[in-house]
Amino acid sequence: MIQKLGKWVDDRLPVSHFWNAHLAKYYVPKNFNFWYYFGSILLAVFAIQIVTGIWLAMNYKPSAAEAFNSVEYIMRDVNWGWLIRYMHSTGASFFFIAVYLHMFRALMYGSYKKPRELIWIFGVLILVALMAEAFMGYLLPWGQMSFWGAQVIISLFGSIPFIGPDLALWIRGDYVVSDVTLNRFFALHVIALPLVLLFLIGGHIMALHEVGSNNPDGVEIKTNKDEHGKPLDGIPFHPYYTVKDLFGLGVFLFLFAAVIFYWPDGGGKFLEAPNFIPADPLKTPEHIAPVWYFAPHYAILRAIPDKFLGVLAMGSAIMILFFLPWIDRNPTKSIRYRSMAFKITLFSFVVAFISLGYLGTQPVTYWTTLFSRIFAFVYFGYFFALFVVSRLEHTKPVPERLT
Amino acid sequence: MAEVPVNTARRRFLTGSAVAVGAVGAGFATVPFLSSFEPSARAEAAGAPVDVNVGQLAAGQMVTVAWRGQPIYVVHRTPKMIETLPSIDAQLADPDSKVATQQPKFADNFYRSRKQEFLVLIGVCTHLGCAPTYRPEVAPRDLGPEWIGGFFCPCHGSKFDLAGRVYKGVPAPTNLFVPEYIFTTDNLIRIGVAEKQA
Repeated sequence: MIQKLGKWVDDRLPVSHFWNAHLAKYYVPKNFNFWYYFGSILLAVFAIQIVTGIWLAMNYKPSAAEAFNSVEYIMRDVNWGWLIRYMHSTGASFFFIAVYLHMFRALMYGSYKKPRELIWIFGVLILVALMAEAFMGYLLPWGQMSFWGAQVIISLFGSIPFIGPDLALWIRGDYVVSDVTLNRFFALHVIALPLVLLFLIGGHIMALHEVGSNNPDGVEIKTNKDEHGKPLDGIPFHPYYTVKDLFGLGVFLFLFAAVIFYWPDGGGKFLEAPNFIPADPLKTPEHIAPVWYFAPHYAILRAIPDKFLGVLAMGSAIMILFFLPWIDRNPTKSIRYRSMAFKITLFSFVVAFISLGYLGTQPVTYWTTLFSRIFAFVYFGYFFALFVVSRLEHTKPVPERLT
Repeated sequence: MAEVPVNTARRRFLTGSAVAVGAVGAGFATVPFLSSFEPSARAEAAGAPVDVNVGQLAAGQMVTVAWRGQPIYVVHRTPKMIETLPSIDAQLADPDSKVATQQPKFADNFYRSRKQEFLVLIGVCTHLGCAPTYRPEVAPRDLGPEWIGGFFCPCHGSKFDLAGRVYKGVPAPTNLFVPEYIFTTDNLIRIGVAEKQA
């Protein structure tokens, strides 16, 4: 009976075809390690954000007069409202933790290289959309940091020559960040950008499943197939990696829950202290700092003593990522078979990114400015060094098969 | 139906022109959506002038009022503050207020106001729109021994003197903005009104 129904559906909708093409007969390298957990974790976090977001929208009021109080109402009076909100706010930070680790994996194993350039480009687009999504979401609680964060970021657009001031006005819909801005950011945050993200994630996965996953050895498993056309070093995604990923997800959710229940403000990093004060358009908090996941870019902005050039540098810090597949000119993918010079450049980049992240949250002093400049130089230096190193370095021989 | 030879050139032209006309139509259809992002009629209308009474404002003190949703700083400068203004000209990016967009004609002087003792500024940093903090004290620990009083932006460290003039080598590119205002009486400042309209 069930089988008959299944066949009836399958004759009309390619369910089993989809199941086989993307899971049961989708062959994946057998040597995935720790770094390969984050793709599926990101999907799970995306789902968590969508579900908790829908529930929050049921009680949140997107108006300057009511927003702050409606968030407190969710926290105090709505059944389990505090849990749903903390899941959403912690989810935002964990989203970025997972995204940055996922991207680091790609840098290590050369997952952005031919034939996976488009996967990488989709990935960077997802990063950009996610940043917009997070930025707009951060305005919604209408606290001091929400307000002044939005004021600063929208002013960034104002520094573009000629069209800047009109563009900033267009984004705000008012002469200052106001009720109008809040209301439209709500619409973009709950409808427009989640849809954009959904399509981009779809493109990312479709492109991935077209060419297949890279792996820690950077060896293409499709070049060695058995007589049935199955990759010799491949195993079907389901059940092997569904089970592995579920284990990884379990560990991840354990940490996620620990933060939600015991450390929901992340020590002032996930929810910043000034955001527990309602927005006051007349008074900037003594020390305004972006949420941690924007801090590296913010530190680059502050490092440059010119308004427009600072904005340009900050934008370039993201935009340059799009060109990475062509900046790295070495066909060897994995860090395992690349030179010490490559390892040093990548290591410096990671140190610079983390240091900028720290500096971006600190008040402006002589020393933070100096170090921000040094690390901003290292950040961009990575791409220039990689361009040179990737052409000159001596790589180790890459094995035929996975090791 | 009779066999008619297919005129591919005509087909291609018709398809092409239909696509072109359709694209123009779709382009026009975006106008309402993009234009609806602009400030609404209500947002544009909300900008009535504000009155500030400075009769009770002690020398050296500042009050903040809201005008068009922006903070307006009104400072009662002491004679000492005014005296020291020209002493730091060399450290400033635009000591003579040459950038005309940043102040009305009447504030085109070294103290950047109508009356020397009263400074009126829009308290929005010309860098990225934070509200600079009023720091009238001389040589505080965090701002260094050369600080003679002024405004310090907590967001990105831009510095302005007590006439809202920007220091060199800080992120803010221009002096703080001086709004249009008039004195309706000796102690009453009306912000948002130019001379002729009064």
